Amino acid sequence: MAIAFPAPRVDVLAKRDRVIAALKAIVPGEGVITEEKERRAFETDALTSYRRLPMVVVLPETTEQVAAILAFCHAEGVPVVARGAGTSLCGGSIPQEDAVVLGVAKMNRVLDVNFADRTMRVEAGITNLAISGEVAHAGFFYAPDPSSQLACTIAGNVAMNSGGAHCLKYGVTANNILGLKLVTVEGEIVEIGGGALDSPGYDLIGLLVGSEGQLGVVTEVTVRILRQAEGARPVLFGFREIAQAGQTVSDIIGAGIIPVAIEYMDREAIHICEAFAKAGYPLDVEAMLIIEVEGSDAEMEAMLVRIVDIARRHDVAVVKESKSAMETAAIWKGRKSAFGATGRVADYICMDGTIPTGRLPDVLEGIDRIVKGYGLRVANVFHAGDGNLHPLVMFNVNDPAEQVKAEHAGEDILRLCVQLGGCLTGEHGVGIEKRDLMREQFTEVDLLQQTRIKTALDPKWILNPAKVFPLDAPRDEAPREAA
Amino acid sequence: MTLHIPSSPAELAAVVAAARSTGTPLAVAGGGTRAGLGRPVQAAATISTERLSGITLYEPAELVIAAKAGTPLREVTEALAAKGQRLPFEPMDHRRLYGTSGEPTVGGVASANVSGPARINLGAARDSMIGLKFVNGLGQDVKSGGRVMKNVTGLDLVKALAGSFGTLAVFHEVCFKVLPKAEGERTLAMTGLSVPQAVAALSAALGSPFEPTGAAHWPASGGETARTLIRIEGFAAPLAYRTDALSKLLAPFGAVETLEADASAGLWADIRDAAAFAGTDAAVWRISVPPSAAPALADRLAPLEPRLMLDWGGGLVWAGVAATGDAGAGRVHAAAKAAGGYATLVRAPETVRGAVDVFSPAAGPLMAIQRKMKASFDPDGVLNPGRMYPGV
Repeated sequence: MAIAFPAPRVDVLAKRDRVIAALKAIVPGEGVITEEKERRAFETDALTSYRRLPMVVVLPETTEQVAAILAFCHAEGVPVVARGAGTSLCGGSIPQEDAVVLGVAKMNRVLDVNFADRTMRVEAGITNLAISGEVAHAGFFYAPDPSSQLACTIAGNVAMNSGGAHCLKYGVTANNILGLKLVTVEGEIVEIGGGALDSPGYDLIGLLVGSEGQLGVVTEVTVRILRQAEGARPVLFGFREIAQAGQTVSDIIGAGIIPVAIEYMDREAIHICEAFAKAGYPLDVEAMLIIEVEGSDAEMEAMLVRIVDIARRHDVAVVKESKSAMETAAIWKGRKSAFGATGRVADYICMDGTIPTGRLPDVLEGIDRIVKGYGLRVANVFHAGDGNLHPLVMFNVNDPAEQVKAEHAGEDILRLCVQLGGCLTGEHGVGIEKRDLMREQFTEVDLLQQTRIKTALDPKWILNPAKVFPLDAPRDEAPREAA
Repeated sequence: MTLHIPSSPAELAAVVAAARSTGTPLAVAGGGTRAGLGRPVQAAATISTERLSGITLYEPAELVIAAKAGTPLREVTEALAAKGQRLPFEPMDHRRLYGTSGEPTVGGVASANVSGPARINLGAARDSMIGLKFVNGLGQDVKSGGRVMKNVTGLDLVKALAGSFGTLAVFHEVCFKVLPKAEGERTLAMTGLSVPQAVAALSAALGSPFEPTGAAHWPASGGETARTLIRIEGFAAPLAYRTDALSKLLAPFGAVETLEADASAGLWADIRDAAAFAGTDAAVWRISVPPSAAPALADRLAPLEPRLMLDWGGGLVWAGVAATGDAGAGRVHAAAKAAGGYATLVRAPETVRGAVDVFSPAAGPLMAIQRKMKASFDPDGVLNPGRMYPGV
């Protein structure tokens, strides 16, 4: 196991009975989970190679209960790990043995839909897809679309600033949130923003989105909802050379066209996904792009003519325009099932680095070199429009040595991303997975500025401990307030 | 008044560190074109970003541009225009409102989160800001974000600092994501609508699949007829299609006239810069509310006899009122709060801005977090003290 967990605090473990009694007084009925068998369901998330059995799990149903839980845990110095659906790929919601897991899954109601203002207020435990589902009948949707959208909650999306394939046009979570109800670690309920596009004071929404549960627990979210385009159509392009695919992406953007999505898959990913989804992907190419455009038929046609023309200039080998809803679904099924399909072939770790898109050929060559150096295989899936890559490093989970190699390969890939001008994570978050790599991207002073905010809003560091910041990250004393 | 003009991040950091050690508050200045925005700052010295200038990175195919904070905004917009690109958030130029001269800077736009009409569908400055380098109140040179669009590594200090008015840090470099400049634009115009009718029409347009990039309303004022305006942008074919489709959609609200590119561009520059209030001596409020609350807000403001202009489909209400007394502060803040939004006094004499809440007062726990933020970046209160709130 490469990632260290801090030793559970004996003084906290000793309080277990008191903690359970207090939580039961706050959340009546079956909202407090104490049996080991049932706590097992909360010991890991989608980073399944790491797990820790939490001390107790509590599933509140109201913001007031969340506030009471946090006030108690803060007073007692008990760590709290907030959890949505547990789909984090970076171990963002993996607990420790001395932690209370605070799951918001029961808080999943729609509180308000306002089509005139194009906003919707929901509880934090609602799934991403359910938000869009609530307004689909009126032709609206919530834009950020992580691949896990069927399961993941808006709480987790807010924590991780989640993105997805269509973020090229619509932005990520941070660009689509107007208001939050936050419970501070002391148990105070704070309303931030709401129905207006701007909110007063410092941009706390911007700070909280992506803060990975370090600064408070969000219980309600006001999201922007958008009107669906009249239609959407993907086109699939196959290229015999990687560089041609990269150049096509650059030239499309250079020509002033922003498609709603540009997805890239390498040969390995194409083969794996085609075997699973039978999407009609070309098997004799080195690289594939799925480019989706939106609008009326006339608009899409006009845009596609330009895009196809650019691809032809770069010697595209295969052009396959979707002609029906079924073909569209098949094309996306192949891409969206990349993680699942790879899981059928091998165990894998899914990396999430971002690079400047102009460095695409460099990074692919580098990834190939790194992974081969460890004697492993990799499939590459990218959001090519924004440079967010997902190399799936494959290994055999029954071979512990191979797993260590895979983890090292993953770390080397992320280091390469930073060296090329990119970053450690584009949409999955830091969690425990990339915590110890933070110094690749940040200086001690950079980290200190972040930990000062952490200390200011969570003086005892009890919120989602051992995530995001290296365990030995620099910390100041609690800052005093400015005069 | 001492003026510091550092020419490198290291010099900038040294100036702030020295000011901290001597307890000397610093006023932070870019081009000085928006000095009237916020509460008056009492500072013994000013730090200018003037010599921190120049574009440091521009990759058109990656839709990204970075510039030092003191870079005139014009240099950035010209560089982008040369490659057919633009800043999506269409920053307002406050010179018209304030009658100031000089050059708006990249750092000023970022620190005041200055946005324009396109904010409704392309976001505010904060949405386009992806990287920031800055010196905090401790005199430390810090970076956050970078040059890639998707980045969730650590806390997003870029957004936390956007719109912080120089009270948390002095920026020295900003990186933006950009967009292609639209090939063409048109405006659909209707006349004679009341505020409720206009907001309903704008809301219908914004709730359509035709992606308007502007939605504004000028109520009838002094002999002028009310005008309701919707902008669309894009390639020629989509423009033609959307013009037709939106005209049909808006037909129940009244006759729709189409303004072509040049007339349209001039109009939206006026809306962006709140030109209706230029050259007047009115106190000017900028009120952000849910659009459907705008008509009720207008009613509540009526006793002030304001000149109104609505942008963002009604979500942004500009109100010009008499600059006497508290410039209507009590009534405006109460009306904004009742409408579920907040108000900023954008233009008023310094004596008024020093005496009233320029920004809507934050509720207790929210204010406590603001103070913690200030303390995290600038524990000794060196930078632009009091520009946003007393003590912050």
